[in-house]
Amino acid sequence: MVDATPRMERDIPPAEVPELELYHPKSWWTTYVFSQDAKVIAIQYSGTAVAIGLVALVLSWLMRLQLGFPGTFSFITPEAYYQFITMHGMIMVIYLLTALFLGGFGNYLIPLMVGARDMVFPYVNMLSFWVYLLAVLVLVASFFVPGGPTGAGWTLYPPQAILGGTPGGQSWGIILMLVSLILFIIGFTMGGLNYAVTVIQGRTRGMTLMRMPLTVWGIFTATVMALLAFPALFVACVMMLFDRVLGTSFFMPALVEMGEQLSYGGGSPILFQHLFWFFGHPEVYIVALPAFGIVSDLISTHARKNIFGYRMMVWAIVIIGALSFIVWAHHMYVSGMHPWFGFFFATTTLIIAVPTAIKVYNWVLTLWRGDIHLTLPMLFALAFIVTFVNGGLTGLFLGNVVVDVPLSDTMFVVAHFHMVMGVAPIMVIFGAIYHWYPKITGRMLEDWMGKFHFWVTFVGAYAIFFPMHYVGLVGVPRRYPEIGEAAFMTAPVGNLNAFISVAALVVGFAQMVFLFNLVWSLRFGKEAGPNPWRATSLEWQTPITPPPHGNWGDERPVVYRWAYDYSVPGAPEDFIPQNDPWPEKAAARPA
Amino acid sequence: MSVVLVFLAVVIGFSFWWLFHQKVMEKPWLEHGVRTALPETDVSGMPTAKVALAVFLAVVGSLFALFASAYFMRMDYADWQAPPLPRILWVNTAILILASVALSCAVRAARERRREITRLALVTAALATFVFLAGQVTAWRELAAGGHYLDVNPANGFFYLMTGVHGLHILGGLVALGRTIVKAWDDGVAAEQLRLGVELCAAYWHFLLLVWLGVFVLLAGWAGDLLALCRQILT
Repeated sequence: MVDATPRMERDIPPAEVPELELYHPKSWWTTYVFSQDAKVIAIQYSGTAVAIGLVALVLSWLMRLQLGFPGTFSFITPEAYYQFITMHGMIMVIYLLTALFLGGFGNYLIPLMVGARDMVFPYVNMLSFWVYLLAVLVLVASFFVPGGPTGAGWTLYPPQAILGGTPGGQSWGIILMLVSLILFIIGFTMGGLNYAVTVIQGRTRGMTLMRMPLTVWGIFTATVMALLAFPALFVACVMMLFDRVLGTSFFMPALVEMGEQLSYGGGSPILFQHLFWFFGHPEVYIVALPAFGIVSDLISTHARKNIFGYRMMVWAIVIIGALSFIVWAHHMYVSGMHPWFGFFFATTTLIIAVPTAIKVYNWVLTLWRGDIHLTLPMLFALAFIVTFVNGGLTGLFLGNVVVDVPLSDTMFVVAHFHMVMGVAPIMVIFGAIYHWYPKITGRMLEDWMGKFHFWVTFVGAYAIFFPMHYVGLVGVPRRYPEIGEAAFMTAPVGNLNAFISVAALVVGFAQMVFLFNLVWSLRFGKEAGPNPWRATSLEWQTPITPPPHGNWGDERPVVYRWAYDYSVPGAPEDFIPQNDPWPEKAAARPA
Repeated sequence: MSVVLVFLAVVIGFSFWWLFHQKVMEKPWLEHGVRTALPETDVSGMPTAKVALAVFLAVVGSLFALFASAYFMRMDYADWQAPPLPRILWVNTAILILASVALSCAVRAARERRREITRLALVTAALATFVFLAGQVTAWRELAAGGHYLDVNPANGFFYLMTGVHGLHILGGLVALGRTIVKAWDDGVAAEQLRLGVELCAAYWHFLLLVWLGVFVLLAGWAGDLLALCRQILT
């Protein structure tokens, strides 16, 4: 072993730094509502994200009802169907997944895992949540304005997004959507600055970058990517808002609508696509990298084994982050771009599969000969690995131009991206909630409800999305509310569609069990104690559970080792917490 | 999208350089003991606010690089017709340079703990910045008076949009500068603390001056000429 203790004691900064003095909330309002405690902000972010996510879940039910039983539900008009699609996609990707991973898990876990008392700028952090909430409210408001929300599809492609033929295009829908996105980006930038700078500057003594848990690495890298990528969406939204409200022609070509020449002329819809996907592709990894990080920690903890290839995992996260900025045009193979462009982007797309595959191998090798405990977090982690491999493999198909062009407009693509960036990250979110709920509340989630939730969700998600690949391969196009008579719309395809819809309803209802469990266990769950999973990372070593504002009591922890010392030969227990100086001397453990 | 890719290459290059200096080649499973995270890293001595400003400026840089990318891509279409460059932009540029120089003086004075000169320099910078903003509005009015409205041509649209977004960032900076000026008059504020505030303002102003020079080059049409030249050489 290398002894990394510095020679002189004076090299160690004091545990008590004046700026990090505990912030004492004075009243109920500043404790629970306008709180500057990252952990309260995390709960606020997560609660808002889950609430708006439930709206998106109901929208997906409505869409599936229409697709599975076309013509049965008269209130689902084609316009309404497009509005459901748009809002479902936008909410799930941005207002649920991004907000939950970075605003929720980022806020809760970064300060605890790096041994900080709070984020470096708590006030800005609080503002970040309130701006996010405002963005969500503006989005919700678009459901209640005349004309309803926009139905432009979650990509909001011009010119159709701001024309009269698209729901919300010439009414308030699209304006509120764009304003909401702009607000979200402003709010996220405030939070993102905090997450990134806390990791750079807020680490406790001994917490070198290479001793951070992979969860922090994933969230940190995703935050940096989001800070650089969201401006692209910002630019696209502002320019489209100008086109819609002020009549500029950034994106709008010359158009004749209903026999009437519009005042637009000469604009480039492709320009919007470039800007959108320059944000949109990194967004996939903004959601995936925190999931990668969290799942690494879940697997290591619940298999009682150190993570295989920690350095390789860190490098892979960073390299994926960098590469993800040069693959965006693989979303635009059918936009008529130069063949050499397609060749370039197909190549980069396939290259990014290499670091991703390294991560999958390392997860599997961590499991190999591990002491696997099939706890709820582990079940969800395993479900993530298989789902991610499934979705990733169809991604290799679609990454090639010649395969993508015929498949691009079919349900195959829908099945692919739901597997890889819908189901897979959601599995990690569930696993993470089952894993950290005891720290957040001090109580365990009820096991049998969790098992029920897991099996219905896991099997149900496959019942939804596996058949969807076949539906797509036989040629059923996406984005159509009703297909009617077509050569590929045979009876079996219709039956499959109905089956998928029923499965979607069942999986949706299983989430109600999960929500009930969250509330029920708050009161009646088993007492968890400070470290129920016997985990090594710092958040489990807080003196009080759930940790109060300031996290660490009188003194911040000192870190002596990396986060993955499980089953170390000769150690008294099968895990050694990061703040345990073993073998030098015994550490005081939280009671 | 080449502008933003070049910008990102710089940011990513810097990040990798930083990471490399964070000993990412270490094998954490072989070591134990206290590794002091802070004194061993390059950023150790740097105040947190400076790191945060650097990250924020990277975001702002990304924003303007994307505007520039969009500008270049839109420019290739047939309907593009750049408006005449209002002469006053030259004056505005000079005034913004003046503000930046004044803030540099303020930094120097704050380091030498000369409160009076710091105050003078800060107020000069703030006034110059207000004049700059007024000048930008004048440029808008000049364009509008000449019939070059926002919706007449995308080039006009970009002119108003980019100067507007730049102006908003300057306005945000003025809030921070205003708070620093209040600090400079408060004798209870320690010299160290004032110095940090002044340094942050100066860094922000220098960066926004750089952004303005970039925007100015774009709007004046020289960037297009340069690009055409590059393409000619390459083909």
